[in-house]
Amino acid sequence: MAERRGLQELLHDLSRPSIDGLFKLSSLVIAASVIVILAFSGIVLVQGSLPALAKYGFSFLTGVQWNIAAETFGALPYVLGTAVTSLIAVVVGVPISLGIAIFLAEMAPVSIRVLLSNIIELLAAVPSIIYGLWGFLVFRFWIANYVEAPLVHTFGSLPVLAGSPYGLDFLTAGLILSIMIIPTVASVSREVMMSVPMSQREAAYSIGATKWEVVRTGVLSYSRSGIFGATILGLGRAVGETMAVTLVIGGAVGPAALPTSLFKPGQTMASIIVNELGEADAGSLHLASLLGIGLILFAFAFTINVVAQFLVWRVLKVQGGPVE
Amino acid sequence: MSSSMRRFKDRLAFALGALCAILAMIPLLNILYEVVKKGLSTINLEFLTNIPGVVGQPGGGIGPAIQGTLILIGLTTLIGVPLGLVSGIYLSEFGNNSIGRIIRFLNDVLAEFPSIVVGVVVFTLIVLTFKTFSVIAGALALSIIMLPIVTRTTEESMKLVPNSIRDAATALGVKKWRTTLSVVLSTGRNGVATGILLSIARIARESAPLVFTILGSQYFFSNLNSPMDALPLRIYRLALLPYPYAQAQGWGAALVLILIVLALNVGVRLATRGRLYSMRSRA
Repeated sequence: MAERRGLQELLHDLSRPSIDGLFKLSSLVIAASVIVILAFSGIVLVQGSLPALAKYGFSFLTGVQWNIAAETFGALPYVLGTAVTSLIAVVVGVPISLGIAIFLAEMAPVSIRVLLSNIIELLAAVPSIIYGLWGFLVFRFWIANYVEAPLVHTFGSLPVLAGSPYGLDFLTAGLILSIMIIPTVASVSREVMMSVPMSQREAAYSIGATKWEVVRTGVLSYSRSGIFGATILGLGRAVGETMAVTLVIGGAVGPAALPTSLFKPGQTMASIIVNELGEADAGSLHLASLLGIGLILFAFAFTINVVAQFLVWRVLKVQGGPVE
Repeated sequence: MSSSMRRFKDRLAFALGALCAILAMIPLLNILYEVVKKGLSTINLEFLTNIPGVVGQPGGGIGPAIQGTLILIGLTTLIGVPLGLVSGIYLSEFGNNSIGRIIRFLNDVLAEFPSIVVGVVVFTLIVLTFKTFSVIAGALALSIIMLPIVTRTTEESMKLVPNSIRDAATALGVKKWRTTLSVVLSTGRNGVATGILLSIARIARESAPLVFTILGSQYFFSNLNSPMDALPLRIYRLALLPYPYAQAQGWGAALVLILIVLALNVGVRLATRGRLYSMRSRA
């Protein structure tokens, strides 16, 4: 029914021109630019990467070589690099974000809440390049000296910890991403938790539950899908995050960039684009391959964000139309 | 389960929550500390107004980068704000149907889209076609990033305007377009302005799409069709130079950038004082 109503309105406006109809129609045309931008982006990336896709076919996704002189390109190391760093970000960042969200929404004294949520917002306002600068000049030495050196010392024989612990590697990149996704995941989960009806909490309180039991039974179980959505939203941020990762991941290419160890320099899809796109020759396979990586990133980001928006939306029930 | 055990768990949950909050604050406080400590000693009038020096030799400044960031903010606002305003108006006033829902959904998707992908698309469309890195390409990429933020905040603030105000205007025989622009939009103007400030803060800190659109430059702005510098780009280039003076300049540039972004954010916070939380946290 809803589908029909939108189209019928449109047809109605077109058949009876008036200033108001024109106003509505022209604002619709501009509002629809979002659709055009997304569709156009997909088309541009497919078109630009066509030479590489035509030459390598499916093996573009599974190839590991990256040789500009020999014109052999494979995207696998960078896809895996993005996967590994984003996974670290989610595994480390999401539990901390949920702790913050629960603390902010349910437990903290009211006087602290405002201050704390302001601080979390500031964390989101710090430019990604400044995370990068700090990661490159400060944070990586924390990781190298206090995390990697002791780990190598004790468990150095494990293959996932092989390599030289200089702090420019998958682990540092993943950890800096975990810091960067905290504001997104924490603030969206907090919103989701605060949208849980009071009656849920009151029901738990009325049978003598402690605050934590209220959160666990009344709030968390109720907001599960929204929190999942917030997590996916954080994953989306981690997948697309560029400058901070580029500065701390070490910038390896080809088979050397395969994530076989956490303490190895690597590369993500976003970082190889930043490192090489400006220097790729027009019309070369190198350029087409980089655009191909851009296309994969586009597909990842689009899927992740559609799923996340759907989950978060459903929970927060954002409705159209003016508030009555 | 004994009640003391339950009380212990309750305390433990509180302590863990507080610990998470403290953990998240450590990086923020350390970043601010480092940026201020290392940046402050670099900043002086020469540093703020000069062009970058010869690579490898101390001296020079970030004048072109500051100028470039301001130009980018201006151009992007010029393109992104009108489009976002009109889109927001559509969604708020006419968007309660299937088309509106699709646009609103995709707008939220675009708002969370990786900025680097936007940069790659604009690079392919503009830089490759015109065979030159340009200010226009950079402003276009940033406008695409700005558009969904302005759209969403405009829609949200216009929806806060009560329907009775629309009805009152209609009852006086005012046309819908007139009502929307001079009654609804002007009633919700604080929220709309907040959204615009937020979107400016967001694009001022963008760096990834600039690397291959405006490229960076040693000189002040010359024309729209050539490369230009910007603060985030300058910080990136300086960070990669293996000289202590360059790193110090990087911290100095970072301090300037963070001051611009924080000024915008604090301005927003003072203007809204706790309202519009969702708007702020997700921009």
